[in-house]
Amino acid sequence: MANLFVRQSQTTTRWMLIRRLNIWTLLLSLPALLTVLILFIYPLLFGLDQSFRSGARGEGDWTLQNYEKFFGDSRQVDTIWTTFQIALPVTFFSVALSVPLAYFMRRGIKFERLITTILILPITLGTVMVAQAMLNYFGPRGWFNQFLQSIGLIDAPLRLTHNFLGVEIALFIQGFPFAFLLILGYMSGISSDLERASQMLGASQWQTFWRIILPLTIPGIATAFCLSFVANFSVFPSANLLGQPTGETRVISIAAYQAAYIENNRPFGTAIALIMGLIEFAVIMLVLWFSRKMARGATLGGGKGV
Amino acid sequence: MSNPQVSKDATILKKTVLLRRKPSTSSRPPLKKGTLVGKILFYGLIGFFLLNLVGLVGSVLVDSFGERWFGTWLPANWTGRWYEYIGSDHNMGQLLTNTLFVAVTTTLIALLVGFPAAYILARKQFRFKGLLTGFYLLPMLIPPLAYGIPLATFLIRQDLHRSLAGIILLNLVPVLPFVILILAPFIEQVDVSLESASRILGANRFQTFRRVVLPLVIPGLLTAGLLSLVRTIAMFELTFLIADANTQTLVVALYGDAFGAGIRPNQAISAMAVIYMATTMALLVFALIFIKPTQFVVQLKSNKSK
Repeated sequence: MANLFVRQSQTTTRWMLIRRLNIWTLLLSLPALLTVLILFIYPLLFGLDQSFRSGARGEGDWTLQNYEKFFGDSRQVDTIWTTFQIALPVTFFSVALSVPLAYFMRRGIKFERLITTILILPITLGTVMVAQAMLNYFGPRGWFNQFLQSIGLIDAPLRLTHNFLGVEIALFIQGFPFAFLLILGYMSGISSDLERASQMLGASQWQTFWRIILPLTIPGIATAFCLSFVANFSVFPSANLLGQPTGETRVISIAAYQAAYIENNRPFGTAIALIMGLIEFAVIMLVLWFSRKMARGATLGGGKGV
Repeated sequence: MSNPQVSKDATILKKTVLLRRKPSTSSRPPLKKGTLVGKILFYGLIGFFLLNLVGLVGSVLVDSFGERWFGTWLPANWTGRWYEYIGSDHNMGQLLTNTLFVAVTTTLIALLVGFPAAYILARKQFRFKGLLTGFYLLPMLIPPLAYGIPLATFLIRQDLHRSLAGIILLNLVPVLPFVILILAPFIEQVDVSLESASRILGANRFQTFRRVVLPLVIPGLLTAGLLSLVRTIAMFELTFLIADANTQTLVVALYGDAFGAGIRPNQAISAMAVIYMATTMALLVFALIFIKPTQFVVQLKSNKSK
């Protein structure tokens, strides 16, 4: 994402760069900088300090007990794997499905307005609303099961809520439109001249896709993957409403919330929250690094728009 | 009108536009169209997804007006009493005011703080720009609960949790990078030479901003504002952490109802969901009224010139 804004120009000298870091640039960057510092960085550092302290209010001495407590308890450590098991497949699936669909739609199709309008719906409605609607629609007596039964595809209603699958469906309903629209925006930005050139040089449609379109879309795919993964990693409302919050869908965000709010042990809850943030951030950095490595060379010529 | 030079210029302009348009469409070889199988697959998949989305929203709507609904396509009798029920159960006026106040204030602050940041990212080149961009966007890459728990603890310490101010500050964290990310490309599209021209003609920085930059970026401000409004209304995970009975928003109340299923009849929760949905939609429509089609023309033109 960062490379959206970074534009290197070879002609600007170091001297000019220093000169341009003038008082206006500094002044204009300040409000947002201070906001992020006060509302994001400082609380994180404050939380870091808290997480190393004993006592339910974080008033005690420095200690490692909160982290020892987390990593010593298999019920807590398992939440990490549960979260990965839920978040990774859904993210992969949403992105993998979005790529061919966006490829098909990149030059515009019939009913495009209608399709995108309905697709935006779950993003606007948010996780809680989708979860509540799913309880009705995918429930044992909901329309989905009724329909499948009436056409004779199944005998007994499928269990699609209050389990692992329900949470995955909820995340997919939210994540797929998001990934799809993002990748679509990226793909429709690739100049069609590149495709024409590839065609004229004798490449098949499959080769054109594989060698031209896909490499140029990799930054977009990486962005979509990262942003969906962030959303899927903190599955809190979906896992609570559509899963079994004490059983198979006890994800790490539930563990953090429980520790901080139900057991009222803020330092412990903060420690879990920080572990969660750190793991997630590591995955994002890995994906971004990987995509940059793969996209290098492919985007050097600048395939976007003319 | 009567000035011959102007009309001559106009015809030249028309001709060049026409001339430029023609070869760009006809002299290039046509691109291969998608195959029939691809078409069927695409419309099948998208259609299936959209059908389920409509079903999700529809089943909530039908449920909220149904007297009793078990295992049939539609409820036997219709009623509006679930709305009365939920209306007396919640302080609906307060919920609506809280939701709108938080969403509008957060959005306005985010636009005000985010605009200068987006401006320098779109316009200026300086050292550490990549670093600054990454810093601004950092909160988007961490799951809300991970920084939400320490931030909420911090806000509670500062005694800000009993007022809407705390909720606004909490929501500002993810919305600010979001606004910067959307605004920057819009600002980038405005031709820099317009600003230079304005300065050369004697306008100072403030006048240039007010009379040149601001009017041209209005579509961007509206888009960013609209999206962050919707996002704040649906933002559950953060508001939930510090809201109490008096400061909670619609989505938090909806989650509470849905999580405590069994306390209230399901139809009443559906009614609550419909009220939440209607608020979001009403706000979207209301905001869209203010986005005039002519403002998009400006954006389209600058898009083309790129």
